[in-house]
Amino acid sequence: MNNFEFNREIDIAWCPGCGNFGIRKALQKALQELGIEPAMTVLTSGIGQAAKMPQYVDTNFFNGLHGRGLPLAVAIKSVNPELTVIAEGGDGDMYGEGGNHFIHNIRRNPDITHLVHNNMIYGLTKGQGSPTSMPGLKTTVQIDGVINEPFNPLSVALSLGATFVARGFSGDMEQLTELIKAAITHKGYALLDIFQPCVSFNKTNTFKWYKENTYYLDSDHDPADLSKAFDLALKKDKYPLGILYKKEGLETFEEKTPVYRENKTPVIKRKRDISKVNNLL
Amino acid sequence: MKETLNIVLSGQAGQGLMTLESLLADVIRKEYYLFTSPEFMSRVRGGNNSVELVLSSEPIESWRKIIDILFVLGPESFVRMKPRLGKDTLVISESKFVSSDEQKDISFIELPLAELSKEAGGQIYGNTIIFGYICRLLGVSTDSARNSISRKFAKLKDDVIQKNLVAFDMGYDSLAKEASIKNISKVKNKPPTRVMDGSTAVGIGALAGGVNYLASYPMSPSTGVMMYLARKGKEFDVLVEQAEDEIAALNMVIGAWYAGARGLATTSGGGFALMCEALSLSGITETPCVIHLAQRPGPATGLPTRTEQGDLNLALYAGHGEFPRIILSPGNIKDAALLTSKAFRLADKYQVPVIILTDQYLLDSMSETEPFEFDESALESFVVETKSGYLRYDLSKGPISPRGIPGFGKGFVKADSDEHTEEGLITEDFDVRNSMNEKRLAKKALILQDYQDAQLYGPDDYDRLLVGFGSTYGVLKEYVETTDKKDTFLYLKQVYPLPETLKKYFEKAGEVVVVENNATGQLAALLKGELDIKVDHNILKYSGEPFSIEEIEDRIGGLS
Repeated sequence: MNNFEFNREIDIAWCPGCGNFGIRKALQKALQELGIEPAMTVLTSGIGQAAKMPQYVDTNFFNGLHGRGLPLAVAIKSVNPELTVIAEGGDGDMYGEGGNHFIHNIRRNPDITHLVHNNMIYGLTKGQGSPTSMPGLKTTVQIDGVINEPFNPLSVALSLGATFVARGFSGDMEQLTELIKAAITHKGYALLDIFQPCVSFNKTNTFKWYKENTYYLDSDHDPADLSKAFDLALKKDKYPLGILYKKEGLETFEEKTPVYRENKTPVIKRKRDISKVNNLL
Repeated sequence: MKETLNIVLSGQAGQGLMTLESLLADVIRKEYYLFTSPEFMSRVRGGNNSVELVLSSEPIESWRKIIDILFVLGPESFVRMKPRLGKDTLVISESKFVSSDEQKDISFIELPLAELSKEAGGQIYGNTIIFGYICRLLGVSTDSARNSISRKFAKLKDDVIQKNLVAFDMGYDSLAKEASIKNISKVKNKPPTRVMDGSTAVGIGALAGGVNYLASYPMSPSTGVMMYLARKGKEFDVLVEQAEDEIAALNMVIGAWYAGARGLATTSGGGFALMCEALSLSGITETPCVIHLAQRPGPATGLPTRTEQGDLNLALYAGHGEFPRIILSPGNIKDAALLTSKAFRLADKYQVPVIILTDQYLLDSMSETEPFEFDESALESFVVETKSGYLRYDLSKGPISPRGIPGFGKGFVKADSDEHTEEGLITEDFDVRNSMNEKRLAKKALILQDYQDAQLYGPDDYDRLLVGFGSTYGVLKEYVETTDKKDTFLYLKQVYPLPETLKKYFEKAGEVVVVENNATGQLAALLKGELDIKVDHNILKYSGEPFSIEEIEDRIGGLS
């Protein structure tokens, strides 16, 4: 049995053909190839089809409330920086309900990985518009088509100073595995937005549509170039796949926070001296 | 009533009243027992703020309405304080703040503060002048007053200290001869006491309970605890993070507990309302959490800087679904410290949310209490090392499944906000749902074994039982200590869950009176609902002020 796999058949609640299956395989493969210890790994998530991922990967997890995967992740990582922490969810979960946490955790720069399955639709609630839905997309609620401008996670992340911003596609397991590995090994907050078809509710942004409307960044692209990364993030004709931006060497939240300035021991492993507390009286 | 002297300093926000209060407290405490309580408007400058200092020859923990000596230091002060003047109140003021007509009806002494301040070097010396003036008035030792000034301004330049000492003398010497105040005995051989405000007590209690993580969003009156732990963070290994909102704050605290930390979120009613969903998350995932809920008057923004006990129902019923919880309600600084420390142990032991319910009055008031110390009991950890195949929600161990944390042992810790199996995976099996729901709710009976006992003050053979929780403690205790009636006070420091054994106190009572700082009698309703207790009278106050001792005497007196 491989790490992060169950030693038994598990019942997976995703629709046949869902892009989530590819993402799950890529995640497990990335974790295995990096040799990460499952007991030292925590997946956090909110609610949604994507947020069910932790159920299907055999490791520690906290599947919390809708939109709240990131607050859990930043807290877990900061009280025990020895853990590998990955927050995972969908576009509605992470960019809609959890939008405020998305903004402010980029500012914090915790050393966590943020995987967002972006299928431009709400799946679990059966097909309403999501923050990333494209204008004109007809849904069960937006019956004449979506009228709002889509949320652009990549440009938002770049504008807030994120040090790792990438986009993958669930249809390319090989590239996605490499992108997840790069996101996990990046020191600091790493956003990986993952395009993914929703076979049940999004009949516009299909597997074929993603194939036709994306392209791979080639080796000429310099991920250290922030203004180039912005240009790429703002592109609407064809969407680039790969690492748009990566900056090394910035201090993480855990490194900057005062309790770790001089002492690297995780706070959960430190002992309280009651006599010192009594001195405060 | 006790022998007391009630001094009120009333001025504008930004005038430095808190500095003056702390200078005075230092010297007064050497010769008297002291209780102080500020009241302020929700603004950074102007308006009207005041500080009350109650001196007594005996330990004192309650607020009085009638002022003995009023210092009028701002244009709006006299009008706002007028309802609190008694027949003997001495008013000390610049003549411009109190009209000559008004001066005729009261004992008035002019203090030309602006003039004196100018002479001393500027307006900023005004407080030190008043400090000197009050020291003369009270006849306290000038040596200790001078030492306090040197200590308070130690970080400033020498000439600033010097100028303040000169200003102190100016105040001391300018006391008008005709000023005479009621005499209260000084305390001979005063035993050592612990002095602090409620926010500090909650903060120290949290440290004694092992807090090592705090995520909160600033909101009056809960922010004092956050600031205290931020100051102590490096020394005591507490990671303090200001969250982007209260929703994040409690989810972060829950994440921290899940990973093995002891987290605290401090907030007020509005922020707590945003935490309701996460409270429910703590309930179903059986992840402990501790929340300090500092009440202020609502609804919505209400009176941001005032006091109320209006959020008992919020604490009781917050969160969707059904799950156990513990609500502690300290009424004095010692209990604020001790119960806060215990909150962490109870949360860890029972894997439930624990709410420490305080209010603005308790948090901002400063009082003295007998010396006490913490032992290590609250630090006891209930976290277990996991083995391979670990089941987070193991049903074979009774209502409390041993709680592991990630990275400690070979097992995986799987926590889910959905209904879950013993392993922690999503299920819609109705039998499992029943088992898990029953397991969680069965904790209530176990929690009651750790009930934080109610305390009785007054005669055992009482006719009337007065019941209060939280910050009504001081005033009700003082009332029963001084009344000649057979009135006894039952102080509830844990309002939920309530044990059946409490009924014995009520069965003996001829009459039950519940006193609460809210408009609808939330405690009375809880006692009726949980223990079927018939409440004869409910004394309520909801203006945004605490009960004064005079008001309690009047209103209890008015019952019979």
